[in-house]
Amino acid sequence: MDVGIVSYGAYVPRYRITPAEIGKTWGIDGEAMGKGLLIHMKSVPSPDEDVITIATEAARNMMSRCNVDPKHIGAVYVGSESHPYAVKPSGTVVAEAIRATPEMTAADLEFACKAGTAGIQMCMGLVGSKMIRYGIAIGADTSQGAPGDALEYSASAGGAAYLIGSEKIIAKINKTLSYTTDTPDFWRREGAPYPQHGGRFTGEPAYFKHIGSAAKRLFDAMGSRPEDYQHAVFHQPNGKFPTRMAKELGFNDQQIKFGLLTPFIGNTYSGAVPLGLANVLDNARPGERIFVVAYGSGAGSDAFDITVTDEIEKYNRQAAPTVADRLKDTLQLDYGRYAKFKGKIMMG
Amino acid sequence: MSVARHWRETPGRYNLVGTKCGNCGRIYFPRRSICPECRRASFGKMEQYMLKDHGTVFTYSVVHEASADNNNLKPYAIAMIRMDDGVLVTGQLVDVDLDKVEIGMPVRAVLRKLGDESHIATINYGYKFVPKDK
Repeated sequence: MDVGIVSYGAYVPRYRITPAEIGKTWGIDGEAMGKGLLIHMKSVPSPDEDVITIATEAARNMMSRCNVDPKHIGAVYVGSESHPYAVKPSGTVVAEAIRATPEMTAADLEFACKAGTAGIQMCMGLVGSKMIRYGIAIGADTSQGAPGDALEYSASAGGAAYLIGSEKIIAKINKTLSYTTDTPDFWRREGAPYPQHGGRFTGEPAYFKHIGSAAKRLFDAMGSRPEDYQHAVFHQPNGKFPTRMAKELGFNDQQIKFGLLTPFIGNTYSGAVPLGLANVLDNARPGERIFVVAYGSGAGSDAFDITVTDEIEKYNRQAAPTVADRLKDTLQLDYGRYAKFKGKIMMG
Repeated sequence: MSVARHWRETPGRYNLVGTKCGNCGRIYFPRRSICPECRRASFGKMEQYMLKDHGTVFTYSVVHEASADNNNLKPYAIAMIRMDDGVLVTGQLVDVDLDKVEIGMPVRAVLRKLGDESHIATINYGYKFVPKDK
């Protein structure tokens, strides 16, 4: 039985701030910082937005593009490292907001930036074993960066939702595999407001080792080479890492063009790869093959080999805003409003 | 407000679920137990009805003195929205330049945080309105 993507939806908040504006506050050349990270601006959630509202918007966009009865959805998994509650699931609110309750299961996932793709793998298993007809996997974050920290220039907000099933699939998932080790490159303790990171340690032994290892194993498993794929999507904590990773693996700039969104919206953490894949699907044609590798600190990578099917021609992509639509018509913030929006100002 | 009271309002707040009179066809939001027009004739005939999520600004006002819940959003617009089903619904208008708000402006409903009373309380979610996607 083929298992794959039946529908998808994306959401990015409307507000933006530039690295230059952030740097101005901290006495740092923010423009140079932005160039180094390959980030022109980043998205910022409104004070009334969080992972639950972002995940809901993405899920509603996903549902509006297909004719699936929400009562046929058997699982809702929301992957994030910024769930609004420590105890109480985000998934129940999302499921209620798309009227999928009550005959379904739900759970919140966390694996730094790859909890959304972990949700896709879980749904694949449940659909493939016929335990459920459809499952939803969502990756969404309102990521945190301490004031003045390097992360503040990239940590942003957004998410995408995927309906996984075996009927009318617009993209078949040919294979998925993961590569996981205990590598403490980035973490946030219970109750701590901002994450800590290992600086340069987040590069070679963490991001590059895990994505590279998962990618090579996927090539071996599929007997494929980079030139067999029209598109590639890699986790994108900044614009620099995925560009270098793609080059090292043998992909060219054209192949990562649609999957690389960080320069325009920043690092959406759990939303990063799901949003990159959504932008690829917004532009994909039947028969095109997509290479996807997510990365989550701590650390692990989920890799996917995906083929777009003929079904995408009949699929109603226009029923919801595309990722490109979400990059237009933005509202710019100065640092003062940004600090207020992000709750960085302690009151009284 | 108690947790239970918020919870009882979930269908309306999350999904704009109101009621439709099975006798005269009038739509109500929030939901009603009987139709004020048909009265006795509507007993047992009020059906759940989910409003369409699009409408236009019927009228609005800009709020400069907000409650603590909305302090970070002020100034913000509160608007009466004429939904595509004909019903008037009052809600906050967000993600918008206040200078560009006008009567007749097309909007759509989204789920947003209505407020959290404290950092240990439940977070309450419900509908607000944003400008319709271009």
